Amino acid sequence: MIPDAKIPAGPLAQKWQSHKTRLRLVNPANRRRYHVIVVGSGLAGSAAAASLGELGYEVSCFCYQDSPRRAHSIAAQGGINAAKNYQGDGDSVRRLFLDTIKGGDYRAREANVHRLAELSTAIIDQCVAQGVPFAREYGGHLANRSFGGAQVSRTFYARGQTGQQLLLGAYSALSRQIGAGAVRMYPRHEMLDLVLVGGHAKGIVTRNLATGEVRSWAADCVVLCTGGYGNVFYLSTNAQGCNVTATHRAHRRGALFANPCYTQIHPTCIPVHGEDQSKLTLMSESLRNDGRVWVPRDAADCGKDPSSIPEPDRDYFLERKYPSYGNLAPRDIASRAAKEVCDDGRGVGPAVGGRRLGVYLDFASSISRLGEGVIRERYGNLFDMYGNITGENAYRRPMRIYPAVHYTMGGLWVDYNLQSNIPGLFVGGEANFSDHGANRLGASALMQGLADGYFVLPSTVADYLAGVGLAGRPSGEGAEYRQAVAETNDRVARLLAVRGKETARSYHKRLGRIVWEACGMARSREGLTKAIADIRALRDDFWRNVSVPGDGADLTPELERAGRVADFLEFGELMCRDALVREESCGGHFRTEHQDDGEARRDDARFAHVAAWEWRGEGAEPVRHAEPLVYEDVQFTTRSYK
Amino acid sequence: MVKENAPGGHDATLRLTLRVWRQRRGQPGAFEEHTLAAVPTSASFLEMMDLLNEQLVRAGKEPFAFDHDCREGICGMCSMTINGMPHGPLPGVTTCQLHMRNFRDGETITVEPWRARAFPVLRDLAVDRSGFDKVIQAGGFISVRTGSAPEANTLPVPKPVADAAMDAAECIGCGACVASCKNGSAMLFVGAKVTHLNLLPQGAPEADRRAVAMVRAMDDAGFGNCTNYGECQAHCPKGITLDVIARLNRDYLGARLRGFFASTGKPRRGGD
Repeated sequence: MIPDAKIPAGPLAQKWQSHKTRLRLVNPANRRRYHVIVVGSGLAGSAAAASLGELGYEVSCFCYQDSPRRAHSIAAQGGINAAKNYQGDGDSVRRLFLDTIKGGDYRAREANVHRLAELSTAIIDQCVAQGVPFAREYGGHLANRSFGGAQVSRTFYARGQTGQQLLLGAYSALSRQIGAGAVRMYPRHEMLDLVLVGGHAKGIVTRNLATGEVRSWAADCVVLCTGGYGNVFYLSTNAQGCNVTATHRAHRRGALFANPCYTQIHPTCIPVHGEDQSKLTLMSESLRNDGRVWVPRDAADCGKDPSSIPEPDRDYFLERKYPSYGNLAPRDIASRAAKEVCDDGRGVGPAVGGRRLGVYLDFASSISRLGEGVIRERYGNLFDMYGNITGENAYRRPMRIYPAVHYTMGGLWVDYNLQSNIPGLFVGGEANFSDHGANRLGASALMQGLADGYFVLPSTVADYLAGVGLAGRPSGEGAEYRQAVAETNDRVARLLAVRGKETARSYHKRLGRIVWEACGMARSREGLTKAIADIRALRDDFWRNVSVPGDGADLTPELERAGRVADFLEFGELMCRDALVREESCGGHFRTEHQDDGEARRDDARFAHVAAWEWRGEGAEPVRHAEPLVYEDVQFTTRSYK
Repeated sequence: MVKENAPGGHDATLRLTLRVWRQRRGQPGAFEEHTLAAVPTSASFLEMMDLLNEQLVRAGKEPFAFDHDCREGICGMCSMTINGMPHGPLPGVTTCQLHMRNFRDGETITVEPWRARAFPVLRDLAVDRSGFDKVIQAGGFISVRTGSAPEANTLPVPKPVADAAMDAAECIGCGACVASCKNGSAMLFVGAKVTHLNLLPQGAPEADRRAVAMVRAMDDAGFGNCTNYGECQAHCPKGITLDVIARLNRDYLGARLRGFFASTGKPRRGGD
């Protein structure tokens, strides 16, 4: 049975405010007696740890990087949405809410999304006060730009480094609390298990990546802000270390995993260039404000120099198909359109594996209209990055782009308080599932991470702590802790003991190829069924043939990688299974059997629900629970960006 | 400048000899020599290191440990000294954004960790940069309680000021400035943070305290002094310039002087 989502009663716009006044509080003098563990130090984790520490709780924060400042939130380029309506172009909380619900293709929870839109404005205030250097107009006020999926300019940005600047803001707040002794920071620590005592989350097991030490930590509750699982595809825009381990381990301990098949394929990434590539690089969606996407009309022109192809022979396919949004169509739609023209044999750029997978993003008309200086001012760092990676000058010839895995909307199931079905286990940021439905709009991830971390978790964690009280707290010495440590040690030992011939990376690559083909931009019953069998076979092979040199008693990146790949090999199956059962197309989930001429066909009668999966043990079938999506305010409609 | 691909350059490969630093924590280290037969010119430097490590693991040998994460030049985790230069020969890029088309076929490449007293080697090419975090913890922030911030547009910031603060805020905290400095000084890093925060009106109330506390923490963490050689500027992948050091010196000196003249000698009484 799926637990209650605890959506407060009352009118949509008042739910959060009235809920907040009902949440229980912890007396300031008692707060330091509660220990809260925060895992992950990206926007959600840093913001939550800093805010909880500032409120007076004893906080421990863990991250796998060498410093909390390096979490992958740092790589977000384009911006953060907020319903400030500084441009006077008709924006409002209501409109941001509606855009986000529609962008998510009516598969997100209404109450959560409304709260997100409400909190968006306070985030900007908070970040500006921290000294985040957002772009400004000459009058000294904040500047905005437009972003995909919206018809207002509500996106705040700091050049092409918005995520970096927001993270450095949250990191500075966290550092202030570390310096003040309110937060203890544990970098180079990876969470490898969750400890349950009496059915509540009361601690974690970590491996110190620098020394190899495995140990447990006791706490009154655990907050996971450990990001998404995009690296299940091997090639993605995620950082190399991004992984599913923390959430998957919590899932194995009983936490429900919601909508794992909702993954976002970002339309504007640099195309794959070769077999040894380790990652894909995003080119900010903001580029679509000034760049026009096209391919040749005739497949015979694809190998030609783009400047030699005259206007009438170019197909500006987004402008043609979606005249009202044009190049700013939402990500899922723009990605699919690019895949379609490449499948039609009209892709451009060098062929990899016999196929040209790329489309042009052309700035020529913007450069002639605005001048190269303006384009350089807006996107200079992106053009430089593109030049470094491809060896091409995008001021002189069109960029080549292709969709790539970027973000995962699915995540651990949480209620309105961001608490999972395991009491005391909270999940924030990309690691939870709640706000983006089946597709995330641009500039919404930063908004959600910070809303969860600064404004939601500090209130809801307090409510849980006040409810459980200080009596009967686990000491950290119990059998549950010892057993979790023993199981983790055993798993590390098993990985080291295989002593096979293949590298963990080679398994990761093969897994990535399977899920990209079967569970990427287009999914079918046949492909998914085969993928599930292939992943199982690969998993068996992994545990027989993987090679992890060394003894693990030191900094051992191969061991870290092998552990993460092992978890991806379990999780990838769940993702395909979820995609297989969801017999409809919605947002980023496109089932080839359910379409109207290339447009997604939702089935609200059968699938207007959250799928939340329960782990039943290795080799056992997981159980799918459904939480109905009840819309009190908005109507289900078919998305149209035409 | 970016080296552009020759026509058909996507498929070209290089044969390379690599001299790579091998070291366990607390023990002396040494170079190890390896060859790679076919490195694609389109690969990044870290992808070339992946190829080397894959080759070692397949042969049952231990791969080289090195720090890296985002591989798009923004997280600041990658940290290799390549042919004596932090982040390698191409100006304005991190190691992860250095691509193999910038090297020649048959070349020998020397790969070392950051070399600085304040950055002890953890293993092979990975070093401990926690000194940077300690400096930020001492004062690299603006104290604002969550949820207590005023409406963002009530405090206009002139665009040139906001732009200059952003220039300084681009620092990724990689430590190339320290690694390139013969004194192992962190003045470029600290200067960038102090400049970012002290330029903005939001940062003004704590400006003096910040400069003094961060400089003290920098000294405590074992970083050396600045003698204005400017190697840091030359190797900074984000183009942070020496004027942030001038700003830091000015703010620090001003803060100390103001602190001296503001002192009445009367012991402070706390609380009310």
